[in-house]
Amino acid sequence: MIQFLIDGLVNGSIIALGAVGLSISYNVMRFANFAQGEVMAVGAYVSLGVLALMGLGIGKMGPVSFGWPLLVSILFSIMMTSIVVLITDLLVFRRLRDKDSSRITFIIVAFGISLIARNVIHLAAGGDQQFYSFYIPRAVQVFEGLKIVPDDMLILLITVLCVVLMHTFLNRTLIGKKMRSVAENPSLARVIGINVDQVIRGSWILGASLAAVSGTLHAHITQLDPEMGFELILPMFAALIVGGVTSIYGAVLGGLLIGMSEAIAVAIGWSSYRGAVSFLILILVLILRPHGILGEKERDA
Amino acid sequence: MNSSMNGKLLEIRDLSAGYSASVNIINDITMWVEDGEILTLIGPNGAGKSTLIKCLCGLLRYSSGSILFKQKEINGLKTHQIISQSIAYVPQTNNVFSRLSVEHNLDLGSLAHPQSRDQRLVHVFELFPDLKRYLGKKAGILSGGQRQMLAIARALMSSPKLLLLDEPSAGLSPLFRRQVFEHVTKIKETGVTVVMVEQNAKAALKISDRGIILAEGKLRLEGTAEEVLQSSEIGEIYFGAQNGSDA
Repeated sequence: MIQFLIDGLVNGSIIALGAVGLSISYNVMRFANFAQGEVMAVGAYVSLGVLALMGLGIGKMGPVSFGWPLLVSILFSIMMTSIVVLITDLLVFRRLRDKDSSRITFIIVAFGISLIARNVIHLAAGGDQQFYSFYIPRAVQVFEGLKIVPDDMLILLITVLCVVLMHTFLNRTLIGKKMRSVAENPSLARVIGINVDQVIRGSWILGASLAAVSGTLHAHITQLDPEMGFELILPMFAALIVGGVTSIYGAVLGGLLIGMSEAIAVAIGWSSYRGAVSFLILILVLILRPHGILGEKERDA
Repeated sequence: MNSSMNGKLLEIRDLSAGYSASVNIINDITMWVEDGEILTLIGPNGAGKSTLIKCLCGLLRYSSGSILFKQKEINGLKTHQIISQSIAYVPQTNNVFSRLSVEHNLDLGSLAHPQSRDQRLVHVFELFPDLKRYLGKKAGILSGGQRQMLAIARALMSSPKLLLLDEPSAGLSPLFRRQVFEHVTKIKETGVTVVMVEQNAKAALKISDRGIILAEGKLRLEGTAEEVLQSSEIGEIYFGAQNGSDA
């Protein structure tokens, strides 16, 4: 069972990173970004492209089956996905904001963009599954009955690092404080002199960076295919809602819960229902805490 | 109370504005604000007072006319660009970030001049010493009166030349209401010009240099605070509707 829980923790941490990106766009831009899954997919495919260009494989670091080439590809992926989302914002979402469009318009447009992105990936990279490496990482026995894949530990470490950096960014930096103020009350943020458009651009970059990291890590432990974004978006939304949409820490907690619950479902022989289990948890949490575990009641500002 | 008459800080000429292109809420408003004075805008609900204030800080685009701050036209500027020209605005409601600490709220006020943050903090604590006790606490735990104090303190953190207050005493207890007006007087003494929209007309005019009555989107009367208080218009338009009751 511990083995399954560790697997769940790793999957959950990847879902958590994506869900934090969703949480940022939901709180700062006030809409559910259905294209976040595709941003992760774009990030994963950019990493694949960079790895192919470098021609060095994914490298190796001691017992871990990936090294600096994959980490460098993640950095390039962060840059490229940030540019892609900023261009999308400039061409589409900014215009919607200027026209004061409704939230539902934003959601439908995001959904449309996700479909376009999925098909562009399909055209550009093909519909077949692809892999960063065909090497299968070996598990290391920690003690009797528990084997751990070193890659999983590094992925957990990268997730913790991302969350700590995010916490520091939001609480210690000026742009982070501005982001939190826009998330709480955009009208007030505007009248105290905050450039809300600049903050929105910052939150796009932040969400895309997290998506690039989580998309690449997810592709590393599974595989790449154009549908990966669509497959990830539902658990990410479940994580966001379970944790509470107003809290990025809630998104982290929700991601881990969803990952673990899916792992437990597999452990007890319900692998066909693993997706349903996470939504069962979602329903239970919402009955007990309608705003999610760490969420607060939303206010239309 | 006498106006300092140091020159016009803000000039509004023939201003018309509304929330839709076809219907104006305010029509052909022409007025000015003297440097260093307290100007109170009064009028019944729907008179256009808040609409006028929103035009001043760029939250609402006006259909015609002009607004000059320090002799410069502000039309076409975005809100953050207007606010960076040393104008601070305190909305009537939802005027603090309740999930952020009191200190973060104050920090956000000093965005335009982060280098003078500590100096401004000393200044706002002189005016609002109570806030010191709550620095690390979330603003959401403050009472209505304390929130209003925090909102005004945050506005002062930006070293404004012009402070726009939208009904600062609304919904407050008599004690906090009195304190708000005392603070506004002290703020004026530091050289800040104050434009205040108020329903508590008598109390507001008592501390003001000048007053303006708006009704149905038009300027009905402009004069010294004393003249406005003594005018027949104020009885007809405002006190008549309230049976003379006022704070």
